[in-house]
Amino acid sequence: MTAAAETWLVLGGSSAIARAFARVAAQDGADVLLAGRDRDDLEKSAADIAIRSGRRAAVVDFDATDFKSHAALIEQAKREAGAGTLGIFIAFGTMPSQAEIDADATLAFRTIESNYTGAVSILQHAAPVLEAQGRGAVIALGSVAGDRGRLKNYVYGSAKAGLGAYLQGLRARLFRSGVTVTTVKPGFVDTAMTFGLPGMFLVASPDAVARACLAAARRGREEVYVPFFWRGIMTVIRNIPERIFKRLSI
Amino acid sequence: MTAWKDMELTGWGRASAAKTRACRPERQPEVAAALAETGAEGIIAHGAGRAYGDAALNSGGRAMLTTRLDRLLSFDASTGEVVAEPGVCFRDLIDAFVARGFMPPASPGTAFATVGGAVAADVHGKNHDRHGSFGDHVQWFDLLTADGETRRVSAESDPELFAATIGGMGLTGILRAVCFRMLPHASPFVRVRERRIRNLDEFLAAFAEIRDTATFSVGWIDALARGNDAGRGILETAEFAPGEAAQMRPRRARAVPVDLPGFVLNSWTVRSFNEVYFRRVPEGGRERIAPFAEFLYPLDSIHRWNRIYGRKGFYQFQCVVPDDAARAALTTLLSEIAEAGAASFLAVLKTLGREGRGYLSFPMRGHTLALDFPRRAATDALLRRLEAIVLSHGGRVYLAKDALLSPEALRAMYPKLPQFEQVLARVDPNNVFVSDLARRLALKPVRGAA
Repeated sequence: MTAAAETWLVLGGSSAIARAFARVAAQDGADVLLAGRDRDDLEKSAADIAIRSGRRAAVVDFDATDFKSHAALIEQAKREAGAGTLGIFIAFGTMPSQAEIDADATLAFRTIESNYTGAVSILQHAAPVLEAQGRGAVIALGSVAGDRGRLKNYVYGSAKAGLGAYLQGLRARLFRSGVTVTTVKPGFVDTAMTFGLPGMFLVASPDAVARACLAAARRGREEVYVPFFWRGIMTVIRNIPERIFKRLSI
Repeated sequence: MTAWKDMELTGWGRASAAKTRACRPERQPEVAAALAETGAEGIIAHGAGRAYGDAALNSGGRAMLTTRLDRLLSFDASTGEVVAEPGVCFRDLIDAFVARGFMPPASPGTAFATVGGAVAADVHGKNHDRHGSFGDHVQWFDLLTADGETRRVSAESDPELFAATIGGMGLTGILRAVCFRMLPHASPFVRVRERRIRNLDEFLAAFAEIRDTATFSVGWIDALARGNDAGRGILETAEFAPGEAAQMRPRRARAVPVDLPGFVLNSWTVRSFNEVYFRRVPEGGRERIAPFAEFLYPLDSIHRWNRIYGRKGFYQFQCVVPDDAARAALTTLLSEIAEAGAASFLAVLKTLGREGRGYLSFPMRGHTLALDFPRRAATDALLRRLEAIVLSHGGRVYLAKDALLSPEALRAMYPKLPQFEQVLARVDPNNVFVSDLARRLALKPVRGAA
């Protein structure tokens, strides 16, 4: 099979959104590299994608907090993409409940490492490669939780907020080489992370989010909320004065 | 730790509902982990929720939603052999394989049904005379059983467990993967022939004439017609049409947005619909070229069509009667139904070719009739009368549709039930896998009655 014009490195490939994204991207003609820790699961997804799309789908080992391995991973992805364009899709992260984090301080660090430090590490290694190819796209899943620190979710939220700021800077850097960086902030998505959580409403399917991610990157969008109305919801939430917000238990 | 969610699940007919605690695994190891957390309340696999009654419901117990286990694990283009996770649906199979020359070997009337459900109900389609039911094409499956083990089961490795799982309504365990053969087809398009049929005798004669040669056949029947018109309808047959092409209109599926009020479907509106539906086919019949999938799944273009029956929902009744009793049984059934004036416009008559491989497989050589009934006060009693007619003619009722059958009738209709129960006693002695259907039909003890 000839290499595709486009190869997506999908990091955190076992998550519902990443799975859906890899399917959508392959159906759109791209090859995909599914990167994550659960090789057995990723191989099942890779088989599925190859059967459905006829595109190449391969599995690479990836641990967000094994920072030393990231340089080699990006090297490998670059080789796999060959003469085609490498794109990076960042979907890894963990979301322990705030209560669990408050009971175990080390969990706070692990949450920051998996959601923020790991993403920064992988993107710092990827940036020169992307600059050199002079085209391509980065899509990273941020979160509406990063728009404002909340009682219920502030460690995770702060990691995502940090990631958002990092991506803004990276966007400016890569813009100069013709590479786009799209931050996607999903609202509530129907994934294993949210299944059974109370208070979910207007829940989006992983497939809808995946399609929105690809569409946003194709148009070179900078920051998008999915579904779109979350921009409005978050505008309201961001504008509540802090002296009131601190009293709210959301 | 598995995430569990308290929710209400319903059958497709929405006359059956269950408050249940559900999990939704996305990776294979989570399936066994969730089972390990299940206690005496028991669990049942729940796929697309297309069983009409209470087959995939477990009131007060647990359910495992399999829709996220939806990956195609392997495909052999030389044999058509597919290995799929249980949540893969027929739409996935159509999208992935029709363009490559393969079709699902047997397909229910909706492409939203899952492979897991297809095994559990041993589903049949419009090609049953020629190709049998889904279970006929299953090579093996990986089944998580009550002891927490996953076994690869084939007709050779464990014939009893195999036969109890095909058509076993999920009561032997949870499917983790299914290997089955797709069938080669000659074209993604079919030539559909429609012709008017004036009454039941003409229908039976027409089926006798075409059932051994037609690739696909299905009859729509006007269940409100009486007297000389009783059994009138439209016979559709379809053959693959190599070299032909129809326009592949990407038809946008519409959804029924709300529950329609109960009075919308009354005998007058249904009668009018049936008249129009019958007359739309010209007296001399007609032909068209259609994409294969459009012919197979006519209702899939209307999402959530079950809402047209309103909030109370509906029952679907499907039975099969042996060929030699078909005329007598269908005459009596149709007259009972027409008398009650309760039928809807979705009445289907077709032939089935042979017995399935499962102990509780629905198919037998004969004629099958399926109808929807809006749930009203008199519906239960009507369905009991229909069951009695079916029973007295040596037929049986389809468990994937059923919500009302009695344990006694089940025993009389399914002669291999004792073998099925023997397997359950062996693989699930503590009744871990349970459903509302299983309790209703006394396949499993009622909770608390030890």
